[in-house]
Amino acid sequence: MNESLTMAKALNRGLRRALQADPKVLLAGEDIGKLGGVFRITEGLQAEFGENRVVDSPLAESGIIGTAVGLAMRGYRPVVEIQFDGFVFPGFAQIVTQVAKMNMRTGGRTPMPMVIRIPFGGGIGAVEHHSESPEGYFAHTPGLKVVSPSNANDAYWMIQQAIQSNDPVVFMEPKRRYHVKGTVNFSAKPQPMHQAAIARYGTDATLICYGPMVKTCLDAAAVAEEEGTSLEVVDLRTISPIDWVTLISSVRRTKRAVVVHEAPRTLGIGSEIAARLHEDLFYVMESPVMRVAGYDMPYPPARVEEEYLPSVDRILDVVDQSLAY
Amino acid sequence: MRGQSHDMVQLLTPDGERVHNEDFEFTGSTEDLVGYLRDMILARRFDAEATALQRHGELGLWTPLIGQEAAQVGSARALRTPDVVFPSYREHAVAMVLGLPYSNLLSMFRGCDGGDWERLETFKNYQIVIGCQALHATGYAMGLQLDGAVGNENPDDNAAVIVYHGDGAASQGDVNEAYVFAASYNAPVVFFCQNNQWAISEPIALQSRIPLFERAKGFGFPGIQVDGNDVLAVKAVSDWALERARNGEGPAFIEAFTYRMGAHTTSDDPTKYRESSDDEEWRGRDPILRLTRYLEKEGAIDDEWLAKVEEDAKVLGAEVRATIPQLKDTTMDRLFETVYAEPTVALEAQRREYAEYAAGEDA
Repeated sequence: MNESLTMAKALNRGLRRALQADPKVLLAGEDIGKLGGVFRITEGLQAEFGENRVVDSPLAESGIIGTAVGLAMRGYRPVVEIQFDGFVFPGFAQIVTQVAKMNMRTGGRTPMPMVIRIPFGGGIGAVEHHSESPEGYFAHTPGLKVVSPSNANDAYWMIQQAIQSNDPVVFMEPKRRYHVKGTVNFSAKPQPMHQAAIARYGTDATLICYGPMVKTCLDAAAVAEEEGTSLEVVDLRTISPIDWVTLISSVRRTKRAVVVHEAPRTLGIGSEIAARLHEDLFYVMESPVMRVAGYDMPYPPARVEEEYLPSVDRILDVVDQSLAY
Repeated sequence: MRGQSHDMVQLLTPDGERVHNEDFEFTGSTEDLVGYLRDMILARRFDAEATALQRHGELGLWTPLIGQEAAQVGSARALRTPDVVFPSYREHAVAMVLGLPYSNLLSMFRGCDGGDWERLETFKNYQIVIGCQALHATGYAMGLQLDGAVGNENPDDNAAVIVYHGDGAASQGDVNEAYVFAASYNAPVVFFCQNNQWAISEPIALQSRIPLFERAKGFGFPGIQVDGNDVLAVKAVSDWALERARNGEGPAFIEAFTYRMGAHTTSDDPTKYRESSDDEEWRGRDPILRLTRYLEKEGAIDDEWLAKVEEDAKVLGAEVRATIPQLKDTTMDRLFETVYAEPTVALEAQRREYAEYAAGEDA
């Protein structure tokens, strides 16, 4: 059964299905109840499942995550919403010192089946602290899993997979793609959450991306094709753990790779990918792995964010450099 | 004593005299009190042994509880089977009363494991980050409430959570957020603050201009100050707070006014930051001495009994020392296995990489 939905609606449907499937699933966050969240991802869910399943939280991010730790210890599967990327930091200590470590600290006796949903990334003309890409902090923290769907179908399925996981999942939602429609297949078995997808096949170079940059990379690949260059686009889907098998097999074929993300370049996800590809494919590749990323500055004011964000032109420029080797 | 309220609940004076309180009374028997005294003496011995073990290099660190035995034993003895404890890192007497094998505590402080504890369903892991556990306790209590485990007609069906934190933790955001969440959701959680006057070297005067228990009112639930060196009063107040939580009446805050007779941990030196006159004054309020005096006057214990407990304490000490060589270090394999509940391909690759390297080292 197929249906065309925006990513926002797909997430809403996925959350609804998770709430229906398991009485231990519980949503919590600021404004998620009556309002349905500032992005309306949880719209209608409190009316349907009640205030005990869809819980409006006091304005305290550490409190939201810390109480979710206790709920998880009690056997619940809390799904918490952080309103915006830049507001996760008051809850950061709970995530990295508690959520991430609980399973190992207790010798596997206390798993943390928790999902932390974070609308992230720029491109929506927002004010400070509303456009950041903090995924690197989480991906650098052992014990967490970090995922980012790029389309409606993945959003629908991955949110359910994240909720079913017995590990804590930081679920990065590309907010500027919330209103992009896509086909959701409700009946076909989804691919495993931690497997990357080849979003477009190509032969000359591989673009590696996730979340909000997948669409930009697909746009870049379409333009490149007109210019006679065939680009493969790999959607990581999962930032931690990275699916090296898919990634390495793609780059082994194309022999060139460009990593694209919005987060600042230095020590970002792209750094890890570049290092690993060089370790594994040094004698195969025709050019060094290159990166298109945000610059190493705090996220800029909205009027200049398009200068900061990786664009089709910036990506193609770097692809040209890669091909010139 | 600065920070001590006129309303502080006390049922037994430092001289071992019973006093009447309008609102609280100790409902246990003299026999119970004899048991509490034994608990306190053994806890102090365990603590002294662990401190000594740290000095001998057998433990990486120890957090002495000396002086806080009454606060811990009195509150722990108020707990029942379905109740759950969220400790910080100094609740050794609570752990002992609840039957956590003390080898678990030693193992963690020795660095054998991170807290791979038995009895986690009752007594959660020690928490090193100040105050984080207040939120975990509150979330767990919210879960109890969602599960219908409070306010039932049959009292056996009801449960509560008790969370221990110190005076220093009362300054932490997480602890204050826990108060907010507990109040907002009427969670069945008792915040048991052992105000031992010192957050490492920082005195309570630096943390609060008012007695800590008065803060509870601002969050919308009752707060009470109790003489933390009076095990009768602590038990009475804990009974009250836990019972109202179990009945669905929501959170409460207990400030057990006490004193850390030793160092914060075996790493600091209290003589650098506090006056010996303070130590002297608090020595006169010793929880063990106080109860001993009372029970002797009552004729409930005598020198023979005390000698027997002293003998038991010696045996415990010997057991504690004998436990150390039996503690098993965790393994890299076990750690790789428990980073995630569901293993990842990427980490399994590192596990193999480690195994190959380790095998090469052995060869």
